[in-house]
Amino acid sequence: MMRKMQPQNTAALPVAKLASRSRMWNNRTLILMSLPAVIYFLVFCYLPMPGAYIAFTDFNYHAGIFGSRFVGMDNFKFLWKSGKLWLLTRNTILYNLAFIALGNLLQIFIALLLNEVRLKWFKKLSQSLMFLPYFISDVLVGLLAFDILNSDYGFLPSLIRAAGGAVPDFYSNPGAWPPIIILTNLWKSTGYGSIVYFATICGMDVSMMEASQIDGANALQRIWYILLPNLRPTVVILVLFSIGGILKGNFGLFYNLVGSANAALLPNTDIIETYVYRTLMNQFNFPYSTAVGLYQSVFGFIIIMIVNGIVRKIEPDYALF
Amino acid sequence: MKVKRDGVSQFVVGFGYVIVSVFAILCFLPFLMMVSASFSTETTIMKQGIGLLPKDFTVRAYQVAFLSPKYLLGSYMVTILMTACGTALGLFLIAMTGYVLQRKDFAIRNKLSFYIYFTTLFSAGLAPTYLWMTKYLHLKNNYLAVFLPLLMNPWLIFLMKNFMKSIPFEITESGKIDGAGDFRIFLSLILPMAKPALATIGLFLALGYWNEWYNSMLYIPNLDYRPLQYYLYRIINEAAALQQSTAGANITVADLPSETLKMATAVLSIGPVIFLYPFVQKYFISGITVGAVKG
Repeated sequence: MMRKMQPQNTAALPVAKLASRSRMWNNRTLILMSLPAVIYFLVFCYLPMPGAYIAFTDFNYHAGIFGSRFVGMDNFKFLWKSGKLWLLTRNTILYNLAFIALGNLLQIFIALLLNEVRLKWFKKLSQSLMFLPYFISDVLVGLLAFDILNSDYGFLPSLIRAAGGAVPDFYSNPGAWPPIIILTNLWKSTGYGSIVYFATICGMDVSMMEASQIDGANALQRIWYILLPNLRPTVVILVLFSIGGILKGNFGLFYNLVGSANAALLPNTDIIETYVYRTLMNQFNFPYSTAVGLYQSVFGFIIIMIVNGIVRKIEPDYALF
Repeated sequence: MKVKRDGVSQFVVGFGYVIVSVFAILCFLPFLMMVSASFSTETTIMKQGIGLLPKDFTVRAYQVAFLSPKYLLGSYMVTILMTACGTALGLFLIAMTGYVLQRKDFAIRNKLSFYIYFTTLFSAGLAPTYLWMTKYLHLKNNYLAVFLPLLMNPWLIFLMKNFMKSIPFEITESGKIDGAGDFRIFLSLILPMAKPALATIGLFLALGYWNEWYNSMLYIPNLDYRPLQYYLYRIINEAAALQQSTAGANITVADLPSETLKMATAVLSIGPVIFLYPFVQKYFISGITVGAVKG
């Protein structure tokens, strides 16, 4: 009896399970090959995540994360009541909106004009020059900005001084910084972004342009009726995904332009990243730093989910997941 | 096909040349200014301000930078070593992961993709990561704390995956028929075919390592030999670091051309990038193009 039962039992195992088991066996080398990446992201991205619990404690370094006292939402409450959380959110979002709106406009503008230019060497040379700022570190961007702006020997103040004007002191004037930061960001990212749009234009169907030329359309009509409508899906998708990242700031840019010592400028220049860094590394305040970081991660996650839902509705092929 | 251009089109073309020229020059001017400042005399600059051309041309700042070059050369060593090792190792791991993720016969490829992708959607944040790296992994004052975080990232892995997709699956199949294992197929069939992708992604990796200053600031602020951009950061932001850069040389603080020395150090720190730039530019452009269009 027993001998007869055994083979029957094996056969009773769900077929799908067996198939999946043998498929895993066939995939064993591939699984091994993906192991380094799995471990890498586990160690550097997933394992730190439980540490976000610090946001709900009055963290004590020696007691460790889970030995510290649980304080519920107190850290968030304080950050909200002091107006800090709102200020950081507002600054981060407003800067990003300016970057996205002005950045895309300028990138599309440059890409369209680059497309009209015919001389090959000119195209190549101008692309090389526009691309240059993308290659340098934010440390260097900060130094270049200081060379241009500082009131002692900076390029702009010296020009103004030579012309007999009143020398502006940018580094003590908070109101000057939103435009400075926005312009610097445009300087650094426009070359890169316009090449994305330029590549899209180059990939368009040539027969459309030829047909329009035969019909006697001029360059402006071609841009308005053919290039821009065809560019629209790319623009919409790129803009939507930038909006998905609207709570994420560029730490390197803000930190190197403004520095962390210049408190007078902070109301206009402090973003989530700079606050998270400063509270951690200068004040060693783990709970507040973690709380703001967690707030950013959670709301950022919600926003990108919403954006992805919208993208899936209008252009399913471009949805992230 | 030749079409005669009408007035409006001619105007648009002319306008294009003007605007593109102006923007390209604006992108370039700050660099010119920095190089000029580094070849200027400190006292003249202090009196007249920085210009577009050198003022009272001198190589004094560069001489001072190399008076006692121990720390500067040490920084070069650290950065060159990290860039070389990080690019080679990172490239290998990213290529392997990218190849595996697009294999149609790999059962868990979608789950794995999401596992990697999720890290871009949600992160622990700076403080928990810092605590994890220093208190639990004990990586404070260890070059690994700078080396490891730059090794791989989801964006480069998916860029590689998209490149790998364009290699026909028949290549893999032919390898299988010849009896090669998956790793063998990857190593001797796929990698040689992926050279453009390796060049592009290798350049992104190398640039990441070369321009690294952030993780250095977090994890290795006290080491003697700092990665180049962090070395520059300290020289710019701390008078003490500036003096240390010439420590041992016979020069007083008053004689130190501090501002032009910053510029000279900055020029030296991007020198190799600018020099290689014309050769690598086309790979960057191809990388951007592939990365922008989701495959």
